[in-house]
Amino acid sequence: MSIKLEWSRRRFLTTSAALGAGLAAPHVFVRNAWSQDKVFCNNPTGGTVTLGFNVPQSGPYADEGADELRAFQLAVKHLNGEGDGGMIPTFKPSSLKGNGILGKKVAFVTGDTQTKSDAARASAKRMVEADKAIMISGGSSSGVAVAVQSLCQDMGVIFMTGLTHSNDTTGKDKRRYGFRHFFNAYMSGVALGPVLAEEYGKDRKAYHLTADYTWGWTQEESMKNATEAQGWQTVQTVRTPLGAGDFSQYLTPVLNSGADVLILNHYGGDMVNSLRQAVTQFDMKSKQVNGKNFEIVVPLFSELMAEGAGAAAKGILGTANWDWKLDNAATKAFAKSFGTEYGRPPSQAAHTCYAQTLLYANAVEMAGTFYPPEVIKALEDFEFDGLGNGPTLYRGADHQCFKDVLVVRGKEEPANQFDLMEVVKIVPRDTVTYDASIFGGELGPAEVKGCAA
Amino acid sequence: MDALILQVLNGLDKGGAYALIALGLTLIFGTLGVVNFAHGALFMLGAFCSVSFAKLLTISERVRDESVTFFEAYKEVPYLEIWWGETGKSIVDWAVPLSLLLTVPVMLLVGVAMERGLIRFFYKRSHAEQILVTFGLAIVLQEIVKSFFGANPIPLAAPAALSGSADIGSLVGLHGISYPLWRMIYFVFSLGVIGAVFAFLQLTTFGMVVRAGMADRETVGLLGINIGRRFTVVFGIAAVVAGLAGSMYTPILSPNYHLGMDFLVLSFVVVVVGGMGSLGGAVVAGFLLGILQSFASMTQVKAIIPGIDQIIIYLVAVVILLALPRGLMGRRGVMEA
Amino acid sequence: MSTVTARPGPKRELLTLAIFALAILTMPIWLAPIGAGYPDILQKFAIFGIFAIGFNILFGFAGYLSFGHAAFLGAGSYAAVWAFKLFSLNAVFAIVFAIAVAGIFSLVIGYVSLRRSGIYFSILTLAFAQMSYNLAYSVLTPITNGETGLQLSGGDPRVLDRALFVTTSRLQPPDLFGIALQGWSGFYFCAVLLVIAFYVSMRIRHSAFGLTLLAIKSNQRRMGFTGFSAKPYLLTAFVISGMYAGLAGALLATTDPLAGADRMQWTASGEVVLMTILGGVGTLLGPVIGAALIKYLEQIFSSFNEALLHRTFDFLPGAADDVVTAIFAPFVGEGWQLTLGLMFMAIVIFLPGGIMEGVRRIAGASRRQRTGSSAAAREVGRRIPAE
Repeated sequence: MSIKLEWSRRRFLTTSAALGAGLAAPHVFVRNAWSQDKVFCNNPTGGTVTLGFNVPQSGPYADEGADELRAFQLAVKHLNGEGDGGMIPTFKPSSLKGNGILGKKVAFVTGDTQTKSDAARASAKRMVEADKAIMISGGSSSGVAVAVQSLCQDMGVIFMTGLTHSNDTTGKDKRRYGFRHFFNAYMSGVALGPVLAEEYGKDRKAYHLTADYTWGWTQEESMKNATEAQGWQTVQTVRTPLGAGDFSQYLTPVLNSGADVLILNHYGGDMVNSLRQAVTQFDMKSKQVNGKNFEIVVPLFSELMAEGAGAAAKGILGTANWDWKLDNAATKAFAKSFGTEYGRPPSQAAHTCYAQTLLYANAVEMAGTFYPPEVIKALEDFEFDGLGNGPTLYRGADHQCFKDVLVVRGKEEPANQFDLMEVVKIVPRDTVTYDASIFGGELGPAEVKGCAA
Repeated sequence: MDALILQVLNGLDKGGAYALIALGLTLIFGTLGVVNFAHGALFMLGAFCSVSFAKLLTISERVRDESVTFFEAYKEVPYLEIWWGETGKSIVDWAVPLSLLLTVPVMLLVGVAMERGLIRFFYKRSHAEQILVTFGLAIVLQEIVKSFFGANPIPLAAPAALSGSADIGSLVGLHGISYPLWRMIYFVFSLGVIGAVFAFLQLTTFGMVVRAGMADRETVGLLGINIGRRFTVVFGIAAVVAGLAGSMYTPILSPNYHLGMDFLVLSFVVVVVGGMGSLGGAVVAGFLLGILQSFASMTQVKAIIPGIDQIIIYLVAVVILLALPRGLMGRRGVMEA
Repeated sequence: MSTVTARPGPKRELLTLAIFALAILTMPIWLAPIGAGYPDILQKFAIFGIFAIGFNILFGFAGYLSFGHAAFLGAGSYAAVWAFKLFSLNAVFAIVFAIAVAGIFSLVIGYVSLRRSGIYFSILTLAFAQMSYNLAYSVLTPITNGETGLQLSGGDPRVLDRALFVTTSRLQPPDLFGIALQGWSGFYFCAVLLVIAFYVSMRIRHSAFGLTLLAIKSNQRRMGFTGFSAKPYLLTAFVISGMYAGLAGALLATTDPLAGADRMQWTASGEVVLMTILGGVGTLLGPVIGAALIKYLEQIFSSFNEALLHRTFDFLPGAADDVVTAIFAPFVGEGWQLTLGLMFMAIVIFLPGGIMEGVRRIAGASRRQRTGSSAAAREVGRRIPAE
């Protein structure tokens, strides 16, 4: 609870300072003072403010990117006071007014990350240099998130990450200008460990297949620690090349290794293929090892992957950041708004992008200026509710959101074509909160020369 | 020992796919003299023939799920199941093998259209231009597929009777060797297709002319044999072979629009390692690389040379090309300049 | 034959160079109307122009199609970032270091690969590049920082800077003796190097060495009969083009200090092949145009979305606006690759010899009109394609 106390103290100080300023001078005046005094990257001058949405439009995550873009468009609509407002009415404490951001109409530009660092950075640079975007958001992989985040730090533009799950994004590679609403591999491990022990017993032997790059490694480490803390043994960890497609040569040794659980630290196409091959071809789910049913675990689950894996995803345990079927007012409002607009439920990638856009807009309203150091201050240690995840803290020390984590299971009997995952357990925020220092890294300065220089 | 046998099996089904793609590619090289960068896209199109066929079979009655109010959510029951009950169900179950009925004519059509509409204008053009035009075509084909089917992989299942794995070790008195049935079927299937192509080339007059054309295109042309029509047929055959390989591969690897590009580079390596202009070489190289790739993935091997599974194919390619100037069975003078 | 031309006079060369330099340095002005008047894309034009010019020395002049040049681009990037980290943030040092590393790397790979010719050579280079890429992504992560890419950090030693008491703040981009190489200054830096690279390539083309390469391309076997050994010349060309790639990689790292493994992937090698063929194999200017065109499509076409299309066509009456938007929508935004594919096909079908062929035809047509003599134009049009 110490975090909470600390938060309230800091929050109180900033709030009272802002209040003091607010009393001393009319709000409008303060804002003008800021924008005149401070020279910063892409200070919006006209009647509009431009946000840059950088999502994968080609490559393996193109569908996820398309869903992120839908969410961004919806968020812009709601910020401009159009449509039903989505989660704006449920979001608390909210400074959003439904008239754009600081009275400026919100416009947006889009770009293709191609899920490659170079392409993503080039696209983000275009948004900043040519389109004068004040904030960048989106993306569907940690490599891209880290690359764009450090670029945004250099340019002095705030980056609200999309889907990125590696511990590094808000750990080793964290930046002052980068903010992550999505959860991470560490939280997945902590949330999933006890559920696994409960469901499958404490005497288990795990075999890891891990995508051979940074995200995979952090995921493997986190899962290993979390399961070993429950008394499990790790028989072997095997690295697989990214995009291997066919995993049979990695799957064949599993059943003879003495392991009785297979943990697939894969994402996207790798996960769809390895899971399907393990279940439908190697028949692992129907095998018995050490007198126990053989089980498969996929620590990071998503709707699109469940769809891609088809029947193979049934009964598989994993974690998720959010699910459209959650029973809270904000989730319902968002699912309704998104569903009415696009005829389909939002994915967790869409949700996090929508939430990030609102959070940024709200922070600007709170700060009363687009000046990034002030916006960053408003976001740091911001405690909020009503964006679908329950009470959430944007921790200032590493710019990571702390909120409940969902343990989900691939649904055995889907009621409809979108009903692919069911929520098994909501792991409370306190359980998944960790000390910011464990991953190291350095946020860097808030005052940067950026692109204004 | 068990592990080794399993890895050989792994190599066989992978090698089957490599061999089938490389076979078509080398056929096109050998007879038409065309570097076909769209060959991976043909493999991908074959896979999506199966996807389309499965989608056709599972056109469904949609029963609305009333619990979801703000968008259309429904439970799908294929009409085939409604009309024909169990029979319908098993037809849907056998969608992938049945889809070959669609794949063969569609891919033949695609191949002929491609050759007549585009490739034939490039016989006399430089390899660089062939690469550019076929690569452009490959991008266009995959973008079209993406616009219809999205970018997410699409799950297709093998028939229930053929999925899961079989304990083949017990047949020869060994324990603990069970291997996925469909993969063994794929291996046998690939052998069948390879055999059919070779039989066609060896046993028919048509095949004889094609082989002669591969050996010496100019002379055959001088003999007054109408090569143009035969080229069309050869290209059609290559397209069908690639399509069949893709079609049957869908239960092993969920297809997405990018599948072709993933196989393109690999299949070129296979062809060149096998040796330009050699059909047998392509097949041997396909299986060889498949099996070596499997062995390199064994943890025991990786413990000695870390990361070997990432590069084994290319490493083998380098070694073979340095040791044997024209690959395993390549012929002098083909694509050497 | 125009493929093997006599060396034009130094005056003519200087004139070409002056026009080229003028065109490159004024790009911010004349490319602004089509949405490409911002620093990052112009930097990319210049950098990939250098990459393609270098690639053309091997492929266009000597006729050897390497499918692994991205390995040298990547090696140059990694070397440059390491130079920034270990030694100095001064770009000059990093660029020299990167060119040297790429040169050595290409010497090794070139020496081995050039033992084969034709497609066997192509596959050998491809194999080396793919090995580099796969290892950089995984096992070599301590050196390359894997998927995330190698970045500068506050704790870097930068021994030279420290020794010379140059104060470097913790997170600072590379510079050129104090001039930050981001934004416009970054572009002009790259542009000047592009002009130099172009000049060097022009001199190579017109030198005895360049003519030897062209002779090797037109018939290696016949040259072999005369007892002439082509390999030293080819290896030199290979290393030069590898060093060009190293320079391009270093510039990528200078203007944007991050080096990722993606730069070494076969798609990146393929891209430079496509750039060169698109612009015109063997021509001096073609590769630069091809590089700019592909980068333009990648950056600008992918950024169009429906809202933007509506805004562009809003001068049309309501219904027509919708129709035109609907027609264009599949080709932009997420469909930008469709446009790319179609452009490849269209250019190679209608303009064998690439864009420069089109330029030549237009020039030929206008000259024909002026002089009335079609013979010269016909001779130009008969130019032998790449093989």
